[in-house]
Amino acid sequence: MSSLRLLGVSWWLQFKMIMRSPFDGIGNVIYPLFFATTAFFVFRAGDSPRTLIYASFGAAVMGMWSSVSTSAGSAMQRERWWGTLELLVTTPRHFSLILLPTTLGLATVGIYNLAATLLWGRFLFGVHLTIAHPLLFALAILGTVLSFAGLGFLFAVSFVRFRAAWVLGNFFEYPVWLICGFLVPLSFLPGWVHPISWALAPTWGMSAIRESALGGSPLPDIGACVGLGLGYVVVGVLVTDRVLRAARVSGSLSLT
Amino acid sequence: MAAIEAAELRRTYKTHTGTFRRRAKEIEAVRGISFAVEPGELFGLLGPNGAGKTTTIKMLITLLIPTGGSARVLGLDVVHQAREVRKRIGYVFGGERGVYERLSGYDNLRYFAELYGVPAREQKRRIEELLELVGLKGREQERAEGYSRGMKQRLHVARGLLHDPEVLFLDEPTIGLDPVGAREVRATIASLTEAGKTVLLTTHYMFEADALCDRIAVISKGSIVAEGTPLDLKRGVAQGSVVEVEVFGIADEALERVRALGGVVAVAIEEREQAQVLVVQTEPDVELTQAILSHLNGSDVGRISRREPTLEDAYVALVSE
Ligand SMILES: Nc1ncnc2c1ncn2[C@@H]1O[C@H](COP(=O)(O)OP(=O)(O)OP(=O)(O)O)[C@@H](O)[C@H]1O
Ligand SMILES: [Mg+2]
Repeated sequence: MSSLRLLGVSWWLQFKMIMRSPFDGIGNVIYPLFFATTAFFVFRAGDSPRTLIYASFGAAVMGMWSSVSTSAGSAMQRERWWGTLELLVTTPRHFSLILLPTTLGLATVGIYNLAATLLWGRFLFGVHLTIAHPLLFALAILGTVLSFAGLGFLFAVSFVRFRAAWVLGNFFEYPVWLICGFLVPLSFLPGWVHPISWALAPTWGMSAIRESALGGSPLPDIGACVGLGLGYVVVGVLVTDRVLRAARVSGSLSLT
Repeated sequence: MAAIEAAELRRTYKTHTGTFRRRAKEIEAVRGISFAVEPGELFGLLGPNGAGKTTTIKMLITLLIPTGGSARVLGLDVVHQAREVRKRIGYVFGGERGVYERLSGYDNLRYFAELYGVPAREQKRRIEELLELVGLKGREQERAEGYSRGMKQRLHVARGLLHDPEVLFLDEPTIGLDPVGAREVRATIASLTEAGKTVLLTTHYMFEADALCDRIAVISKGSIVAEGTPLDLKRGVAQGSVVEVEVFGIADEALERVRALGGVVAVAIEEREQAQVLVVQTEPDVELTQAILSHLNGSDVGRISRREPTLEDAYVALVSE
């Protein structure tokens, strides 16, 4: 019960902090729109309106992923700079309960990226989207946010121990666009990539969003997406103790 | 049972030197120190930069795992019962870091109240109480980025007290504060022991330790070199006396010659407004003023005085051994 409250309260405070940061704010607004614009231009060159719709959802999830992967990567680095990481570790809470709302807050901002990209497409490029199953669409977005938070959490845990690991977030930013089928269908990719795609929750989130919007059956995708997301969280929780202990042995918690 | 107990506590850090040819290097930050703090006591850890004070505190508050020895807080092992220890201790460090600048003071406290599991019903009252105690009442809704150093420091103190811990660790809590701000924080610290808390405090300021602490351990290069009440420590050098000579630039050789004089306990240079002051501690019953002056023949000499040793002199004698 008190753990749920903690999740709620710290999610809200994290969200507040992100929205108040001019730097993150501008980054979150501008970058995804650049990506989206590029995607729109490229796909407008084709003649099928369906491709453009396909691309606009892809661009939207791309923006969402970019903001989550890079910010989850640097979240722990920021706590180090602020000198708050050690304070968090000295509280009696399991560290994963502290970390999870942080990445969840970051992932929530992703919804905004998604909406902004879709509106950008609507007003600048005239991409009209009709959502076939609005309820399932909402559910698909929610599932995607949760799975992104789970993946971000897994990143963030590793950053507690390995200070250079924030690069990992940036490193994962672009390959995921391709491997998870944000812009081109998975079937275009060589067969050996497929298992990697299937293990990554964004693949299923992306597919669920498209299916629900274009009128397919998104439920299996949502299930896979949330299931994998939960899997990441479980792995993250399990490694948190080890990672923290290693950091206390090496004395790296206080270093910036 | 002691509230805090360290037994042969030891900590080394592994670091690397060199950019291209990296070589592993071990720093012995704490070299086997033992001490015990009784419940309700205000215990001071005093020592120069790099002596190992912060490292010692971090082992006690479960942030660092000792490389040797053991420590208990309220009878709980800091390595194996870390979570239980964390519930019962508060940690405050000096300086401006450790605050979420983009959140209000109130939200900062609220976050940590939640992290420490302060029951929802009590949070509001508890936060109000602490804001009152540290004098931030009325400013709590402003973002912390606009707070002065002193305000941030007081916010720290409030944060450390949220869960009403039995034992508090304060690492240089008055660093960087103006005299008035420092005095306020000191008054708050004094009130903590009145409320029955056990406090472990580190500081560079002798007068602060003298004024606040029941007992002091002086730590130098990772080892405890003296321990006792402020009075004990003063008494350690009280038989001697102190000669102060105002000088205007002094050569290193001259300093060495003074240090080598028979009967000299410690020599230090203090910077005052216009001049430097050569502070020489001597053994009892020796009159060295003339001898000292004769070694300073080259340099300009101002006022000369003799006085009783202070705690600061005791400290200088201890850490310069
Ligand atoms: N994380 C770390 N990695 C490597 N060396 C460290 C680390 N932290 C401290 N040290 C080294 O350990 C020694 C003791 O440092 P410590 O911070 O405990 O001293 P201190 O007494 O608190 O000093 P100060 O008064 O300057 O705060 C120093 O030589 C310092 O450089
Ligand atoms: Mg220190």
